[in-house]
Amino acid sequence: MPRLNFDKRLQNLQDELLVMGSMVEEAISRSTDALKSRNLALARQVIEDDKKINQKRYDIEEMCVKLIATQQPLARDLRTIIAVLNMVVDLERIGDYAEGNADIAIRIGDEPPLKPYIDIPRMADKANEMLHAALDAFVRRDADTARKVVAEDSVVDNLYDQVFRELITYMASDPSTINRAMRLVWVAHNLERSADRVTNICERIIFIVTGKVEEVGVAKR
Amino acid sequence: MESFINTELSSRKSLNDSDYILQVEELNAFYGSFRAVKNVNMSIPARAVTAIIGPSGCGKSTLLRCFNRMHEVAHGARVEGRVMFDDNNIYATGTDPVRIRCHIGMVFQKPNPFPTMSVLDNVVAGRRLSSLWTKRSEMEELAEKCLRQAALWDEVKDKLKQSGASLSGGQQQRLCIARALAVQPEIILMDEPCSALDPIATLKIEDLMRTLTEEYTIVVVTHNMQQAGRVSDMTAFMLMSDDRAGELVEYDTTQRVFTNPKDKRTEDYITGRFG
Ligand SMILES: Nc1ncnc2c1ncn2[C@@H]1O[C@H](COP(=O)(O)OP(=O)(O)OP(=O)(O)O)[C@@H](O)[C@H]1O
Ligand SMILES: [Mg+2]
Repeated sequence: MPRLNFDKRLQNLQDELLVMGSMVEEAISRSTDALKSRNLALARQVIEDDKKINQKRYDIEEMCVKLIATQQPLARDLRTIIAVLNMVVDLERIGDYAEGNADIAIRIGDEPPLKPYIDIPRMADKANEMLHAALDAFVRRDADTARKVVAEDSVVDNLYDQVFRELITYMASDPSTINRAMRLVWVAHNLERSADRVTNICERIIFIVTGKVEEVGVAKR
Repeated sequence: MESFINTELSSRKSLNDSDYILQVEELNAFYGSFRAVKNVNMSIPARAVTAIIGPSGCGKSTLLRCFNRMHEVAHGARVEGRVMFDDNNIYATGTDPVRIRCHIGMVFQKPNPFPTMSVLDNVVAGRRLSSLWTKRSEMEELAEKCLRQAALWDEVKDKLKQSGASLSGGQQQRLCIARALAVQPEIILMDEPCSALDPIATLKIEDLMRTLTEEYTIVVVTHNMQQAGRVSDMTAFMLMSDDRAGELVEYDTTQRVFTNPKDKRTEDYITGRFG
């Protein structure tokens, strides 16, 4: 005996989380594009759209509260709702990091770039790829994929170390680059944190499937 | 995961044999040739609430009645297996079922005070029947103590001489609990004790059950899953097998059963997708 109404509402909840996920993916890639192509209008758009991401988070939270209050979810249903409640927090924060990077793109404005952007777009692509794979794993309730995504985090960490060391070299050899270099350190830092947040999302997916909270990737820094 | 149901039991590290007051071993219960309960093994922890849930007709009441030898009262009914109570099998030959029922009392679904008796006499009725002549003053003292334990004293202290039937349904049920307590049992079995009560009276009884675990062990059959979640430390899920005999599918801490049951059939039942 399925619970038609309840199952439909759970499905809606999942759909909304996926919508929020793609909004966040878009924010990451747009903020990076804005930086790369010095497109200030695009950067402003990312900042504007972050309000929608925040609103989505509250809407999803409200759906969860209503489901808990009216449907008495238990077992896997309960775990799903609790996991979604946690995942929207991480998604919203990733959105904030993207907004932060859009803000930095605006501050950099049309200053000449320190160096061609290569590793930073790579970090953004990797973080986005991880997020996408995590949302896929959520839809398929696939704990193994979620664990694999967590393992990918080291790629982003390594890129961050590389970018960081490189920028330090710039600053050390030519103090006039400090301002510009520091901004890029922040961009890279935001991307590194975004990938860490994706690993939190993966932990929640594993929780839905196994009922256990595994600390899969120890958050660094 | 953070516990948000009952934490008391799951926070006890692990239970020793001595923490269990009833050990049910290979229990089978029959009505004539029909087996209603099949091969049940379970250990019931002392001073905790154990809930038995499952669909109608799966043998919950039958199993519960096996715990104090009430099952055999039905015509043609018999039990196989053991129920160890403090290291003694209550089904051992020579064991007096009446004595067992003094140690292991029962509260029924419908409040059933003796209508011709006063509130006070109702409380001590079981005590009177079961033993032991006691002085009137001692009886009154005992009645007050049990009515207080049953969270009923304040509501009835001015009408102790009135008929038990003059109380509200929820009060009558607490009166029946006080009556069970007056026999000074160690275990109280309850078969859907709240199904005739409104939500407020239900919550009162549930609070009472929690408080009683300071001294007593409670085993409760309930159809109300939320109630099992609210009051119990352990949950047993029963289901009818293919030969219509009731089986114990899963028995674990309530937290485990309600957040992450092991058996798919339990998951389907408690998430409401059963049938
Ligand atoms: N006195 C009896 N004589 C014969 N069969 C009985 C008797 N009492 C119960 N049964 C049968 O035993 C099985 C288990 O009944 P039981 O009352 O234990 O179920 P239950 O789980 O308590 O159901 P409910 O939730 O409806 O109270 C059922 O098939 C029922 O028909
Ligand atoms: Mg019954």
